[in-house]
Amino acid sequence: MLAKDMNTVYNDTKSIISAKDVSVFYGEKRALKSVSLDIPENQITALIGPSGCGKSTFLRCLNRMNDTIENCRVEGNITVDGQDIYAPHVDEVLLRARVGMVFQKANPFPKSIYDNVAYAPRIHGLAKNKDELDDIVLASLEKAGLLDEVKDLLNESGTGLSGGQQQRLCIARALAVQPDIILMDEPCSALDPIATAKVEELIEELRKNYTIIIVTHSMQQAARISQKTAFFHLGEIVEIGETEQLFTSPNDKRTQGYITGRFG
Amino acid sequence: MTDTQELKEKVSWVTDDAMEKLARRHRSERRFKRLGLSAIVIALVMLATLLVSIIGRGYTAFIQTTITLDVTFSEAIIDPKGARDHKTLKAASYRTLIREALRKEFPDVSTRKDLRALFGLISKGAVQEFRDLVISDPDLIGTTSSVELTASDDIDMFSKGYISRNVSEEDRRVKDIEIKWFDQLQSNNAIQTVFNKRFFTGGDSREPEVAGIMGALVGSLYTLLITFIISFPIGLMSAIYLEEFAPKNKITVLIEVNINNLAAVPSIVYGLLGVALFLNVAHMPRSAPLVGGLTLALMTLPTIIIAARASIRAVPDSIRNAALALGASKQQSVFHHVLPLSMPGILTGTIIGLSQALGETAPLLMIGMVAFIVDIPGGVTDPATVLPVQIFLWADSPERAFVEKTSGAIIVLLGFLVFMNAIAVLLRKKFERRW
Amino acid sequence: MSILPLIILLLAMCATGYWYGSKKALSAPLPVRYLSSGNPHQFGLFVVVWGVLPPAMLFILWLVFSFLPIDADGSIAQQIDKVVFPALIMLGAAAGLYMAIREINPKLRVRKSLERCVYAALLLASTLSVFTTVGIVLSLLFETIQFFEKVPYSEFFLALDWSPQTAMRADQVGSSGSFGAVPLFTGTMLITFIAMIVAVPLGLMSAIYMTEYASRRFRATVKPILEILAGIPTVVYGFFAALTVGVFFRDVGTAIGLDVVTESALAAGVVMGMMIIPFISSLSDDVIMAVPQNLRDASYGLGATKSETVLKVIIPAALPGIVGAILLAMSRAIGETMIVVMAAGFAANLTANPLEAVTTVTVQIVGLLVGDQEFDSAKTLAAFALALTLFVITLCLNVIALLVVRKYREKYD
Repeated sequence: MLAKDMNTVYNDTKSIISAKDVSVFYGEKRALKSVSLDIPENQITALIGPSGCGKSTFLRCLNRMNDTIENCRVEGNITVDGQDIYAPHVDEVLLRARVGMVFQKANPFPKSIYDNVAYAPRIHGLAKNKDELDDIVLASLEKAGLLDEVKDLLNESGTGLSGGQQQRLCIARALAVQPDIILMDEPCSALDPIATAKVEELIEELRKNYTIIIVTHSMQQAARISQKTAFFHLGEIVEIGETEQLFTSPNDKRTQGYITGRFG
Repeated sequence: MTDTQELKEKVSWVTDDAMEKLARRHRSERRFKRLGLSAIVIALVMLATLLVSIIGRGYTAFIQTTITLDVTFSEAIIDPKGARDHKTLKAASYRTLIREALRKEFPDVSTRKDLRALFGLISKGAVQEFRDLVISDPDLIGTTSSVELTASDDIDMFSKGYISRNVSEEDRRVKDIEIKWFDQLQSNNAIQTVFNKRFFTGGDSREPEVAGIMGALVGSLYTLLITFIISFPIGLMSAIYLEEFAPKNKITVLIEVNINNLAAVPSIVYGLLGVALFLNVAHMPRSAPLVGGLTLALMTLPTIIIAARASIRAVPDSIRNAALALGASKQQSVFHHVLPLSMPGILTGTIIGLSQALGETAPLLMIGMVAFIVDIPGGVTDPATVLPVQIFLWADSPERAFVEKTSGAIIVLLGFLVFMNAIAVLLRKKFERRW
Repeated sequence: MSILPLIILLLAMCATGYWYGSKKALSAPLPVRYLSSGNPHQFGLFVVVWGVLPPAMLFILWLVFSFLPIDADGSIAQQIDKVVFPALIMLGAAAGLYMAIREINPKLRVRKSLERCVYAALLLASTLSVFTTVGIVLSLLFETIQFFEKVPYSEFFLALDWSPQTAMRADQVGSSGSFGAVPLFTGTMLITFIAMIVAVPLGLMSAIYMTEYASRRFRATVKPILEILAGIPTVVYGFFAALTVGVFFRDVGTAIGLDVVTESALAAGVVMGMMIIPFISSLSDDVIMAVPQNLRDASYGLGATKSETVLKVIIPAALPGIVGAILLAMSRAIGETMIVVMAAGFAANLTANPLEAVTTVTVQIVGLLVGDQEFDSAKTLAAFALALTLFVITLCLNVIALLVVRKYREKYD
């Protein structure tokens, strides 16, 4: 109910993702209870909430990464660009190319920096020749703000970079497929403040061309970068709102409790 | 930012070209998955073929064809003096009695050659059974009664259908005349198939129909006993030392690397070590379970050590710390807490190591446990053979009937292995702890 | 005096020692008793240890003595064997017990010294494996040196003719035998190669399917069944190879007009491959499982299919581990004995044709050593030279494999 009300208020931008009554079960355990949420295009939406509240689970529903977990069942309806992504004819491979993902822990492949970024264009056959591939790799690195740092290291292993660089490499890797949406699962939780600032700056920059959904533990981060925030608690969405409004005058007591640090 | 914008427009997921590419990727995905599944199926089919071929050949080893004959226990032949003492009864010519009974059954057989064939219907080992029968019941002497006698291996094979009637006579082990006799006996209900008790209670023999696995089983038991007595305590102690007490230095690393390598040394090399060390240097008796057990103990040791170490390592440090915080010494914490907790895992590893030792053949060939031994060994220094070596020996024998016995012995060996592994699995299931 | 009464007597002495030792410890004045590092039980054990150690050492000496071939006057040796040693052992036990009991006083750090004994025993046990290796190397080396005194290195490693059967009399033809081991090495390589061709694809693909595609239930059912293959004794494989597979290949060969012998390298190799499948699959299973999940997530997150993830991310990441597994499997195939003894030929045959019979190093070791062993003839000694070669080759493979795998483990731990 609440979610719907909120949506009518902030419906000035077109929503690209729309989730209705999404429930997720791990075996018998219900991790997500009838969550409904609309994600506006070309904005940054932050998902906040205490550990185990289901925000990462929800995120993984959006590109069907939950398919890779055995015993995981998703109910409800999620559409991307008006298409039901759990419809039988939908190809999760194609979906994941359109909905990219960056993980909590930077996970570069144990390959060279170049090969890391070139991996997805190669498997999807996006480049006709080596030159095109080079262009995509360089453009993606550039876009991720990493090109200047790794220009001369393209053939070095991606695992040799610093933590912040690794995470930006992962972002560059996701950008190389030209996704419309990027999901970020606590991308800065393993980074120091300086690296975090750089990644945040990058996310801010990316917003112009991409829709970004970011799960974060840090309320300051959500407040700094997002336009819209959803607060998850015990597998439910408690409150959705424009970030500024949610952080300054929350409607729900639980939200207030969380953002003022009384629990979580 | 324009460059990305530019690239972004290039990617289109809905053109025919893109769809075709995607379909191709999915096809190769399905192909790959089928490839994986078929690898598993092929492996399973191989396993099934092996088991079916062994069991199909071997189950008939557990039954035995007998011929029932009316035998006259003639006193004149067994005990002309009427003394009934053990010595006379033991030395009597029971073969003559069996031959007489056969002649009576087939009175029209006369030529020397045919007679030899006729006597060949009954196993040479039947004489032994017959003697035991009379010795256990001397009152039979002077009477006539019907006795079940073990048939010879060829008749046994024929009765079980391994020798076909349709083959021309010169290619057939059982000749026409023998088939005629067989049919006649069968019409008189004299041919029976009974449970082959002797296969389980007898020692080895040159005659397949009376050969048994008891000698080899007892040999295996003694060998395994020695292996266990040596390898379990030493393996356990090594594991405790390496996991709990060993200082992190070069010597410890050397011992660890060494154990890992020993685990992969070919078993036949252990056989040569056994020859050189136990036979040539220590002058222990050849073919004895003692030597076999010692050799296998050296071979099994690494397996036990590695399993025991893994099990000890799985006990969390909180247990050790709790014990130490209560004032236990390091050794007390290990022997009172860590060891009991890791014991199920250690025992599981030991059983698996021992079941490997039970199936091992090559090193025992080296130390001479390959001799033909009829008697059932009475101790660890008696010459003996073990079940796998018995299988090897029988597999090498030319008689058709030994194929069946070999497969039968394999079934028994596999039975023991399944039993041991089942215990190991049960142990693990029952005591498995998730920390 | 035989061993059993001796042991009973010793046990009785130790039991008395334990009882007396713990009693004596208890009789100490109370405060001292509680501050001393040990309880009565430990004092008892302390005495027992001293009662057991000297006789145990003497017993080992006795064993060595009785197994030593002493050609001197038999009667004296027998006297020593039957009388002197048992008497010495009893004396040793008594002396040990007496000393220990006299030592007991509340200030004795009995737990420390007990634990020192336990520590020594544990250390001793763990060095046995080192002695095993030393034993293997020495026993093989000793006989091999003797072998090379009779047969030159160049013949063994380079000559192409292997017929070790020496004639009865020295003046007969071929009395010296010939020891060119090259056909054995090529035969071993041929069979190992066939085995790997069977086992590597099957084992690796099953591991990939098990880890990446199979449901938990499928895995829980099928994996143990596959591992039965590893538990079947090799003698059973040998029987299967000789009687079923060999005959099958021969019949198929006849049907399509090929001349396949029953003891073909193909039959032995295929069955050996079958034996090795679970070895490769469970080792690869482990290394594939060790590839961190986040690499898979990254690849799926970019829209890769499973097979693309496996081939382009997981296999390259797990490659060192898989190579290690294959090397270990190879060393197992090279050292495998029973399958080839029962299903491959005994005659040395220099060929690369898998349809012909070849012989292997292990087959020849068995052939040379089963039966009469004369440790002065080149024939018997040749077995040790072959075994040493085998040992060195498998050792190298194992060491390389273990190093590769360890490097791999370090990368992800």
